Amino acid sequence: MAFFEAVRLALAQIRVQKLKSFFTLLGVTIGVMFLIAVVSIVEGMSSYMEHDFVGKLIGVNTVTLRHIPEIGGDISEAEWRAMQRRPRIKITDVKPVVDALPPGTLWSAEGYDNVSISSQWSKPTMLQASAVEGDYFSIREMKPEKGRVLTQQEMDLGTNVVVIGQEIATKFFPKLDPVGRQLKVAGLPYTVVGVAEAQGSIFGISLDRFVIAPYRSPLRHVVNRPLVIDAIKIKATGDADMVEIQETIRQVMRGRRGLRPSQPDNFAIETSESALSFWANIKSKLVIAGVVLPAIGLIVGAIVIMNIMLVAVAERTREIGIRKALGARRRDIMSQFLVEAATLSTVGAAVGILVGITLAQIIAAVSPLPATVAPWSIIAGVFVGAGVGIVSGIYPASRASRLDPIAALRQE
Amino acid sequence: MQSTEDVPMSVTAERQVVTQQAGVAPSKDWVIVTRGIKREYDMGGEIVRALRGVDVAIRRNEYVAIMGPSGSGKSTLMNLIGCLDTPDAGEYWLSGNLVSSMADDELARVRNREIGFVFQTFNLLPRATALHNVELPLVYAGVPADERRNRAKAALERVQLGNRMTHRPNELSGGQRQRVAIARALVNNPSILLADEPTGNLDSTTSEEIMRVFEDLASGGQTVIMVTHEPDIASHARRVIVLRDGMIESDDRREKFAERIATSGASSIHR
Repeated sequence: MAFFEAVRLALAQIRVQKLKSFFTLLGVTIGVMFLIAVVSIVEGMSSYMEHDFVGKLIGVNTVTLRHIPEIGGDISEAEWRAMQRRPRIKITDVKPVVDALPPGTLWSAEGYDNVSISSQWSKPTMLQASAVEGDYFSIREMKPEKGRVLTQQEMDLGTNVVVIGQEIATKFFPKLDPVGRQLKVAGLPYTVVGVAEAQGSIFGISLDRFVIAPYRSPLRHVVNRPLVIDAIKIKATGDADMVEIQETIRQVMRGRRGLRPSQPDNFAIETSESALSFWANIKSKLVIAGVVLPAIGLIVGAIVIMNIMLVAVAERTREIGIRKALGARRRDIMSQFLVEAATLSTVGAAVGILVGITLAQIIAAVSPLPATVAPWSIIAGVFVGAGVGIVSGIYPASRASRLDPIAALRQE
Repeated sequence: MQSTEDVPMSVTAERQVVTQQAGVAPSKDWVIVTRGIKREYDMGGEIVRALRGVDVAIRRNEYVAIMGPSGSGKSTLMNLIGCLDTPDAGEYWLSGNLVSSMADDELARVRNREIGFVFQTFNLLPRATALHNVELPLVYAGVPADERRNRAKAALERVQLGNRMTHRPNELSGGQRQRVAIARALVNNPSILLADEPTGNLDSTTSEEIMRVFEDLASGGQTVIMVTHEPDIASHARRVIVLRDGMIESDDRREKFAERIATSGASSIHR
């Protein structure tokens, strides 16, 4: 009863004084807008990282052995330079590592670099080419859209054949079927045997710009020094084996490198989890930004609302006197002004939610950043809005409720 | 029970009920009994003794005017009777309840249930419709919305404003505004209708119109107490209490009051 009454009164107030209300609500609106936008982007990136990024770039249940981690956390300049001096992973490391793992474990070895690629239909361009061995296509879950992937025989013999990505296909073989045609990789003639299915993109970077050749083909001499490879990938058959596999690889590599127990690893073992923990680290910082930015807006909003409410109490002293004379108790006056303040700022929050969602959608549309509006952030926005109103309304409302009815009625 | 028409005021029942031992509740006939109420104000270090021991007893269904020059304490008395304030000393019994010792929220409840205010400046909420203004006491009484609406409509019809319900105060004449205020005062069936200079802001024609409304209410059984400094207005009441310097100077039937005015002139009250 009195609650809806107060809500109605507050809404009428907003309608009557549009400009004043706009400025009153600006702080809360901006605060909630930031809350929604930042949370949406962080949530969007989060689901992206967890589902697409890690799956596409690293692969689920996959362990990667490198000499330097590809996705690093906070690494100092000195640490980075120390890492650069680490010995490289060698093709000769592959067999001992794989032999130590349970039979049936999928593995691949790869070396890659940016090399000049050209065809009869296109000028040379620097693009990434990989020389791979083992179960590369199974681990990447890469399937051919046209033609086929590399056969075991081609891998073993080091035939000059390549599987290419969608973008390579359209760039170098415009409106043509690339299968069976020739592609020059670092000046070497290769025959295209297949075009892989579209891999999509991460953060706006296409994952369809690749050329994959057998490791034993001449490309290996171009991408790395002799025997050197960039990564060994191992795919576990289930979750349970992951820790064991990492430990086995670590022990084998430490043994091969002759590391004493006191010495740290001079190689990097990466899993989707380590990439995710790196992401969690970034996310926590973004979430802090997502809290601090709205907080500034909300504090400003709270101060403005408190001021506006104090002015309202002063302007409406006579009204308060009338209400008290007619039987309003302290708590009736108190709740009237509290509800009014809460309604004001909830309206501000509602506008902020709409603007925030729009902002998130715009950012998602014009930038590679994904955005997903989290339902909880909308609910949080509403509660934060009402909360700010109540907190900033307490002092003015209590002043109103303690007015002496006689003095209040006498006021002009 | 005595006839209220021809027994002198200052004696008998009134005397008895106000001189009763402190703390003894008056009988049901009495809607207002004050026993020696005092009120002082601190006006910047100077103590103003606004009321210096006032004994008043008013029966149910009486129509009483409280008169007195400015500074006589009539506004203070009206605030105390209206439960907007509490006395520093003495007892105030309203409908058998000792309100002089009540706390803020209890006083608010008493104002809501027992008292209907009519003010000189109408004191309507400017942005609310007539209907909504009249509903207001019922909002604080916790009456459900439907019933509230019906009762407010009935109250407005009672003051011949059934066709002005959706008008805002600034769309109404002074007399209409005061009638809205009267409807608001009556909507919760209060024990007393308490009017503070109800005609102070009205021209004489409209004043007479409002006085006719009061007369009708009083003959209908409503207890009416009216504070005024105009003898013409006061003489509409059946009983006139005159205050001077915080004390009761006289307490007479209308006829006797009129007689006194005729012999010594209005200035004796006005000065």
